[in-house]
Amino acid sequence: MIEVLLVLLLTALSTALLGVFLVLRGQAMTTDAISHTILLGIVIAFFITNDLRSPLLIIGATLVGLITVYLIEVIGQSKLVSKDAATGLVFTSLFALAVILVSKYLDNIHLDLDIVLMGQVLFAPLNRIEILGIDLPYALWQLAIVLLINVTFVALFYKELKLSSFDPVYSIVSGFSTSIIYYSLMSLVSVTAVTAFDAVGTILVISFFTAPAATAFLLSKKLSTMIWISLMFAAINSLVGGTFGYLTDTSISGSVAVISMISFFLVFLFRKDGPILSKIHLPVP
Amino acid sequence: MFDYAIETQDLTVAYQGKIAIENINLKLKRASRTAIVGPNGAGKSTLIKAILSLEKRVTGQVSIEGDDSKKARQKIAYVPQKGDVNWDFPTTVLDVVIMGRYSHMGWFKRPSKEDKDIALNALKAMKMIKFKDRQISQLSGGQRQRVFLARAMAEEADIYIMDEPLQGIDIKTEALIMETIKNLQEKGKTFLIVHHNISTVPDYFDHVIMLNQTIQASGSVNDVLTEGNIKNTYYEMSDE
Repeated sequence: MIEVLLVLLLTALSTALLGVFLVLRGQAMTTDAISHTILLGIVIAFFITNDLRSPLLIIGATLVGLITVYLIEVIGQSKLVSKDAATGLVFTSLFALAVILVSKYLDNIHLDLDIVLMGQVLFAPLNRIEILGIDLPYALWQLAIVLLINVTFVALFYKELKLSSFDPVYSIVSGFSTSIIYYSLMSLVSVTAVTAFDAVGTILVISFFTAPAATAFLLSKKLSTMIWISLMFAAINSLVGGTFGYLTDTSISGSVAVISMISFFLVFLFRKDGPILSKIHLPVP
Repeated sequence: MFDYAIETQDLTVAYQGKIAIENINLKLKRASRTAIVGPNGAGKSTLIKAILSLEKRVTGQVSIEGDDSKKARQKIAYVPQKGDVNWDFPTTVLDVVIMGRYSHMGWFKRPSKEDKDIALNALKAMKMIKFKDRQISQLSGGQRQRVFLARAMAEEADIYIMDEPLQGIDIKTEALIMETIKNLQEKGKTFLIVHHNISTVPDYFDHVIMLNQTIQASGSVNDVLTEGNIKNTYYEMSDE
């Protein structure tokens, strides 16, 4: 139980950290696209290695994630179709290709479609590995490394991420290539999505990326505050949702997504100047 | 030593095969204050974006203080149109002005105490110091423009390029911005400004570029801002 919660917590923290920048850039749905198309990378890499734990799966997934982002940009920048149409076009076709491959050739193995879509975090503790004499679930090691990479990335490129998200043109004029920053961010989104994949699947991971960041957005006037609040809500949502799902024997990642929506609405309703508090007039002393 | 702050040769930019600006030859003197005027769709914004290498050129060259590399654009402080940024971004006025210092820092480095002081001084000059901790979403149009100008000042560049800085702002801010620009010009700074109100050109500028895909006239305001040139720029239909 503790290990399941830890897997959820690390997933939530690593996704929520990057989620801040995705929400600010208005790119939540690009993440949705990536989290689906990485399945194609996983499937192709699995054909090559026949090992679900191979690091090649992560590399394959990241490459397909970047190809997804690149295709969306190319089609979108042609100005022949809008960017959201390009997103819909690219991600469904790549995902469908992966689904066809899974259903045709990988019917009998762990990559079954229910788990692909919804994830199953309860299985995480079954798959264990011993590193430095410590025996922990494989997913926990993987997520800890990803979280460390994401934290380092945001700490190093904080200034650049902020400028290019706020004012991309000014960022280019100031000598900070927005493409370098954008594709680095999206590589990490792909890596994070594929490690979160086992625990939460392709559909619910979008809630992990965006819900805490969207909640934090309502409460922050500075970027650094938004990051901390986003991480805080990630922790609350995953621990409360995870416990609820475990105790009621329902979908754990589903419970986290529902709790995330509830916490967003509570903040939305009860924030300062929100629809409720702005109507209550306290007497001025 | 370079002779001109900005020089362009045969600059042509096209969007999907359609020419936006054609054969632009410019020589901008140092410490001058130049307006770009012209009708909607004349390519005013395209011209400044081409100078900043934000638009791909079909042909032509741009040199900034005698340097024609892409890196030279860092010598320019750019003030974009107000609509071009995400105003709901969680950031404060002071934060935005400090962004003007980023080009001096390079990758990874964080703003120093000195960067912060320069930003605070720029805010003082734009009379925005009391708003320094306010989130940018809570500013009026005129205040936003002052923040943008303060950010450009914090860059301490020699050349300023601005895209319609006076659009949709109050008279007080307009006066403050033009006064600041004149002060900076006296210190040797060069200004190239897209301007929409032709009647204020003689008060605000000493040079003018009259643009409608090609340059219709350019030179000192007294010489070229004639009725004939205005008619040519605004009312003559181009071939397309």
